[in-house]
Amino acid sequence: MVKTADVVIIGGGISGVAIAYNLAKKGIKDVVVIEKNYLASGATGRCGAGIRQQWGTEMNCRMSKYSCEAFETLKEDLDYDGDIEFKQGGYLIISSTEKEHEQFKKNIALQNSLGIQSKLLTLDEAKEVVPFLNTDGLISATFHQKDGHLNPFHTTQAYAEAAKRLGAQIHTFTEVTDIIVENGKIKGVKTNRGDIATNVVVNAAGGYSQLIGNMVGLELPVFSERHQILVTEAVEPILDPMVMSFSLNLYCQQVPHGGFIMGRGDEGEPRDLRITSGWHFVEEMTKTITRVLPPLKNVRFLRQWAGLYNITPDRQPIYGPVDEVEGFYLAIGFSGHGFMLAPATGIVIAESIIGEKTTLPIDMLHINRFKEGNLIFEPSVV
Amino acid sequence: MKDNTIICRCSDLTQGDIRELIAKGYRTFDELKRISRIGMGPCQGRTCMQLVLRELSIATGKPISELAPGTFRPPVKSIKLGEILEAIEEGGEEAHG
Ligand SMILES: Cc1cc2nc3c(=O)[nH]c(=O)nc-3n(C[C@H](O)[C@H](O)[C@H](O)COP(=O)(O)OP(=O)(O)OC[C@H]3O[C@@H](n4cnc5c(N)ncnc54)[C@H](O)[C@@H]3O)c2cc1C
Ligand code: FES
Repeated sequence: MVKTADVVIIGGGISGVAIAYNLAKKGIKDVVVIEKNYLASGATGRCGAGIRQQWGTEMNCRMSKYSCEAFETLKEDLDYDGDIEFKQGGYLIISSTEKEHEQFKKNIALQNSLGIQSKLLTLDEAKEVVPFLNTDGLISATFHQKDGHLNPFHTTQAYAEAAKRLGAQIHTFTEVTDIIVENGKIKGVKTNRGDIATNVVVNAAGGYSQLIGNMVGLELPVFSERHQILVTEAVEPILDPMVMSFSLNLYCQQVPHGGFIMGRGDEGEPRDLRITSGWHFVEEMTKTITRVLPPLKNVRFLRQWAGLYNITPDRQPIYGPVDEVEGFYLAIGFSGHGFMLAPATGIVIAESIIGEKTTLPIDMLHINRFKEGNLIFEPSVV
Repeated sequence: MKDNTIICRCSDLTQGDIRELIAKGYRTFDELKRISRIGMGPCQGRTCMQLVLRELSIATGKPISELAPGTFRPPVKSIKLGEILEAIEEGGEEAHG
């Protein structure tokens, strides 16, 4: 194990490796990622692989737009020899209440003002996008063609390999057990395979970020909640876009290999870091999805799993340093959409550590927003 | 076995493919599964998992008993969503009836 590092990043999910890559690219020599399991073993490798720009807050729109544009050339930029399976089949978001329809109008106005070319659709227009959509009980839809799918495991691998070529080190199966702080300054981390002296630590620990916060004496304003997901057998391609509904509580897309991936949230999900799977979810998911997309009755359920959302009160991530501990940076609280934000996360955290002006303004995402109480809530989440 | 022997029939992967991935540094069944889809097919790895563990055992020098098998993801037998729906509806009627 290394003994010293310029920056230690805790967590080998998409956020950790994207930050490592950007730091290494900016010339920081000793960047070390510590991952307790294998790369993408956390939420990243368990996620729905969805990429969208149709958000309800300015920051989520701007970060997802920046990131989605980055995905368009990511394979070449990272010189990856595998396939990151980026597919822009769009997201069709459906409304089933008047209130939601009103929110859609606001979302579209916001998105369009930021250069995202999403559209409000009538139900007839929605059926042109997905001919077998059952529109009973629906009111309207929004659509954006540039949203879509990206393979989480390959994208993580692509960033990790590029970071390593630039000199970053990635230690898997290594767990950070404590963080050393002296006089309010980061001095190093302890791991189960030895200590590393460093002045900068990035908390990119996903669903475990609050435990990392505790190591430096902070109570971070996040909690983790289990979210379940399932996949069906692979069949011929019949569904291009991701179909999503906030009021009906569902998302479903057919991924490039042919299987349908689908998930939903549940008020009663445990918040104790459990990631076991349950049958109740499968029943609820089946009921909802076969009503909206009836042909899915004929597809076989194959496998289910679960992962952790790391959630903030306003459903936007927390980026940047903290006042209490010098050298401690946060890239946490992605609230169920951190995979699609990785390019933005990587660049702004690297710039923030180096002290450069950030590509996107991140003051609105600083942790102090919760103390100051000026929160802007993201309305559009499952 | 030759290098182009199929190890995973469902996801169409050969022994050569798996050896190449192991040489790239993947060291557990779960990692191989996520990067290559091995074990993710209709049989859910029942045919190929032992063969992959054997390859891992050869590469790492660890006996198979010490290697972590893939995480088991229910269900055991694949079933159509429509069949699940019918079962829920029947269950519901019984509860009322
Ligand atoms: C079911 C589900 C569906 C989702 N769908 C989508 C989607 O469609 N689109 C989207 O953009 N997002 C989605 N998300 C959210 C997305 O998965 C996460 O926001 C994103 O992956 C977060 O990445 P991360 O790198 O920050 O965290 P993670 O991927 O969780 O990585 C954190 C890593 O830190 C490691 N770690 C923790 N503690 C320690 C320690 N002490 N020492 C060393 N390592 C440690 C963990 O092992 C883990 O690998 C979904 C999430 C779930 C659960
Ligand atoms: S043979 Fe590998 S999943 Fe079926």
